[in-house]
Parts: sequence; C-alpha cells; structure tokens
Amino acid sequence: MDILLQQIINGLVLGSMYALIALGYTMVYGIIQLINFAHGEVLMIGALTSWSCIGMMQGAMPGAPGWVILLLATIIACIVAAALNFVIEKVAYRPLRSSPRLAPLITAIGMSILLQTLAMIIWKPNYKPYPTLLPSAPFELGGAYITPTQILILGVTAVALASLVYLVNYTNLGRAMRATAENPRVASLMGVKPDMVISATFIIGAILAAIAGIMYASNYGTAQHTMGFLPGLKAFTAAVFGGIGNLAGAVVGGILLGLIEAIGSGYIGTLTGGLLGSNYTDIFAFIVLIIILTLRPSGLLGERVADRA
Amino acid sequence: MKNNKTTWIIGAVALLVLPLMLQFFGNAWVRIADLALLYVMLALGLNIVVGYAGLLDLGYVAFYAVGAYLFGLMASPHLAENFAAFAAMFPNGLHTSLWLVIPVAALLAAFFGAMLGAPTLKLRGDYLAIVTLGFGEIIRIFLNNLDQPVNLTNGPKGVGQIDSVKIFGLDLGKRLELFGFDINSVTLYYYLFLVLVVISIIICYRLQDSRVGRAWMAIREDEIAAKAMGINTRNLKLMAFAMGASFGGVSGAMFGAFQGFVSPESFSLMESVMIVAMVVLGGIGHIPGVILGAVLLSALPEVLRYVAGPLQAMTDGRLDSAILRQLLIALAMIIVMLLRPRGLWPAPDHGKSLTQKI
Repeated sequence: MDILLQQIINGLVLGSMYALIALGYTMVYGIIQLINFAHGEVLMIGALTSWSCIGMMQGAMPGAPGWVILLLATIIACIVAAALNFVIEKVAYRPLRSSPRLAPLITAIGMSILLQTLAMIIWKPNYKPYPTLLPSAPFELGGAYITPTQILILGVTAVALASLVYLVNYTNLGRAMRATAENPRVASLMGVKPDMVISATFIIGAILAAIAGIMYASNYGTAQHTMGFLPGLKAFTAAVFGGIGNLAGAVVGGILLGLIEAIGSGYIGTLTGGLLGSNYTDIFAFIVLIIILTLRPSGLLGERVADRA
Repeated sequence: MKNNKTTWIIGAVALLVLPLMLQFFGNAWVRIADLALLYVMLALGLNIVVGYAGLLDLGYVAFYAVGAYLFGLMASPHLAENFAAFAAMFPNGLHTSLWLVIPVAALLAAFFGAMLGAPTLKLRGDYLAIVTLGFGEIIRIFLNNLDQPVNLTNGPKGVGQIDSVKIFGLDLGKRLELFGFDINSVTLYYYLFLVLVVISIIICYRLQDSRVGRAWMAIREDEIAAKAMGINTRNLKLMAFAMGASFGGVSGAMFGAFQGFVSPESFSLMESVMIVAMVVLGGIGHIPGVILGAVLLSALPEVLRYVAGPLQAMTDGRLDSAILRQLLIALAMIIVMLLRPRGLWPAPDHGKSLTQKI
C-alpha cells in the first residue's frame, strides 16, 4: 500500500510537469495546427540556462539563500526561453504559414536538431549535476515520502495553470487567442492581430516549458542537452491524449499519463511475474496513447474535428 | 525520344562505374554510396505511405529494424548460442540464403505494417503521426530489453557476426578479382543494392499508375469523397502501410548483412525523422524528388565529415565532425523548407492536399 501511495505522489509530480509542457504544445496546435517539435528543446535550453545562472550567482553572491538564487535563475531562464521561442516562430514557422502542412513540420524538426546541437556546443555534451537549492529532507505522508522540491513542483504547476486559465478566459489577449484559434481571418476583421497573438502564444508556451525544464532538472538532479527530447515527446503524447488544442485536456492528459507511468513502472514487475522490468517504463505512454486514440480518436476531452487534420 | 534514351544510357553507365571510381579514393566513399542506396529504398517505401496515401508515418524505422533483426537472427550464431533446442536443430547454424531473406523480410515487415495500420485506420494527420511515432518507440524499447528473460535480441549490445550475403556462390563479403582488377566487398554490395533500388523504382512507378495507386491518391486528396466513390479505404490504407513497410524490411535486412552487426541504436526516432525529412525535402509523392532527397541527406553529411577536420582545429575541439554534421543537416532542413516549401523537386501535378493552406 505504501508503494502505491508513493507511486501516486511520484506520478502526480511527473504528471504536473508533463501538463506544463503539454500546455505549450496544445496552445500552439490550437492556433496554428503545428506540432512544435522544438518545444522539448526550449525546455532543455531553459534548464541549462538556469544551470549556468545558478553557477554564476553562487559564485557572485555566496551567502544568498537557495530559493532566491533559484527564483532569479528561473526568471532569467524564462526570459531566454521566451526570446528564443519568439525568434524560432518568426524565423522558422511564420514564413511557412501558407505552405503545405508538412513544410513547417520539417522546419520544426530541423529546429529541434539545431537547438540540441547548439546546446551541445555551448554546454558540452556531459551530464551536469543540478544543484539542490531547496532543503532536501523529505516529509513523511502516510508511509510515503515527498521532497520539498516535489511540493514546489505541484504548487508551481497549480499556480501556472490557474494563471493560464485566467489569461485565456478573462483577458483581452486570451479572447484574441481563442478568436484566432477559431478563425484567424475573421479574428483579424475584428481588430485582432493574428501575428501578435501567435507570438504571444509562443512566448507563454516557452515560459511554461522553461519552468517545467527547471523543475525536471531539479527533481532528477541532472541536466544535459538531450534532456528535452523524452519529456517533450511524452508531453505531446499527453496533449494528444487529452485532446490536442484543449487546455484542460492537456492538464488531464499530462497528469493521467504521469500517474499511469509511475504506477505502471511500480507494478509491472509483479504483474508480469518478473518477465518485464521497470526498464519498460517508457512504453506505457505509447501503449496508452494507442489504446485511447483507437477508442476515441479525438482524445479524452477533444471535440470531434472531422476534417481538420 | 532518342535524346531521352542516350540520357538513360549515360545515367546507367555512370551508376555502374561510380563505385569503381570511388574505390580509388578508399572504401569509405563506396560505403557512403551503399548507405545512400539503402536510404533511397527506405525513402521510396515511406513515399508510398506518406506521398501516395497521405498517411504521415513517423515510426517507419521500426520496419527497417524488423528487417535488420530478422536477418541478424537468421544468419548469425546468436540463436544457436542462446537456445539449446535451436542448436540441436541446426548444428551448422542457420545461414539463410538471400533468396529466402528478401521475401521473408518483406512479408514480415508488411505484417508489422498492417498491424500498425489496423488500429490507426480511424486516425488521420497529426494523430496518426504521433501514434506511429509511439509504435516505433515501442519496437525500439523491446529490441533494447528483449535480452531477458529470453535472450532474443541481445539487448543494447546488439546481434553481431552476421553472415555476409552470398549469391550463386559469390560471397559479397570478400573481395573479388576480375581480369586482374580488384573489386572490393563494398563495391559488390553496391551492385546488389543498386539492383534492389532499380526494382523498387520500377515497382513504385507501376504502383503510381495502377488502380491501387490512383485509389491511394484519391484517399490522400479527399477521404470522404473517395469512400463515396466506392473505394474501400480501410483495405487500401492497410495495403499502403504493408507495401511501404515491406520496402523498409528489405532494406533493413540488407543493412544487417552489410554491417554484420545490428543494435537498437541504429533505429532511433531520429532515423525515422530523417527518412521523413528525405521524402519531404526532395518532393513528396514525386519519385525523382524522393531519390534526390535521400541521396542528399544521407551522402552530403558524410562528405562534410572530411571538411570538419580543419574546423575542429579552429574551434579547439568543440566543433567536431559529428556535431558539424548534425548542424548542417538541421540548417539544410530549415533553409530548404523556407526557400522551397514543396520540396527541392516537387511533383508537377500534385493534388490540392499539399497546396492547401493550414
């Protein structure tokens, strides 16, 4: 029973990180129907930037408390990631907006490889130990343990989600985003500037990704130039799982995926009598995805979009 | 017409002489040509799925893996070493002949293709892309972990000591002396691959003009209309998956024989993505374009390796050849798409699905 509770906690933490990344995918997809393959790399750049910042700040102000350094590094990383995503959209996706569908997909893949390579040149390919800036003593919770970092991850995700929901539903920018997603032409007749809305979407997505990247790195204690690939892939799976283009869907998909993965990898050994081990963890995301999409092709909360794809 | 014929003959002679010329500069160059041919075959196979039927498949490398591992198991001591029953059945090991390998690889990969296709029939576009991607990853994870409890794939270590291909008693793994002129093993493989590629191209052209090909294109353009016209979309989509996959299976088997070693590392998602990029970069649905894309993306980076030495010295080791290669591939993908969004050599009469605004 203790294992189950522990796995649920781990799953929630993992799932909330997936949810944050998935939001970036789903917002971009909702507006311009593009699978932004470079999204995982934005996460990675965010994490590595924060790693460099932390290193520099620890040298510059040795006495500063951990959370101040972490906060400052997060802000800088968010700014860098936002600027990067803004440029990527402008350079690689905007010129192709009226091109065949596959063209921006290919530039997105190219961008993903390019960013990974650049990160490898800047930060060298080795694994970097990510410093623990928060107290590391875990709290006990009914036989299971949860670290302060994990609590912070859950808290930050909740805050980020709440602000995003507020932004999309109650602000002018959010209204403009929904209008553009519905129909860019009509939206522009109503005084919305689709280009600006799309840029804003990319910036918001990048900030969420950078936060997720920093949380990912602090939770696992390492950062590296390939770290964005798998979470990116799984977050995209989560977005599709929940119904791509749907914000609530991305969150539900992310958290469910995290739970399935954690519980699945905790029990796969006992379930299959030792036949399959926890090295099959990564398989769950994809199996779930295939099952869900077969039963409900538009995702859990997606609307039926008959001919959009 | 006559002019056309001479171009063909010149082209054919050039292709036949090419490896003999490259051989002078070293086997590495011929190897590049060999791999380029394998990629041409892969790209042609994927083109059936993506270009003709309009089904975006991001897990294509799974079929390449199926073919490679099939040959790896059928022509290496691996099975005999790990299964006593197997060793008893075939005391001399299972050295499968080429004539059996090619059809079996094609059939097995086609079976996997249909298996992938079956649950995804209702999906389209990006949903399909992500499911196929997941399928590719599942296959790779299994290849990586099937070393216990039963050692079938030898896990991350891969299967080695794979036999070379033998045709009519001619061992392609050994050099051949012909009229006092040395023909290297890699060159012999080049000719085998060239034959397979030519056969693939002929099949592709015949498919394109067949009833099946027309039906695929109808599905690509407008699935609902195609269905209304009485096309059995389910069977045809399955067939596209199976046909495309069989090309992947055959080239995978050839890859296994050529390398003598297969491991899960060769079948990463990046590889699938590269094949999609070849098809799209060259000109989706257009056979000459696809071939161009495959040759460019597979051979160019290898050639660039040789430029990398000085650059590496200039940037004190940070920019080594592998990194430079990746950098250039990425830049090529972005720049080519920005300048020519329909591919380098697009089909002249492509349908509306590819010119549609998003």
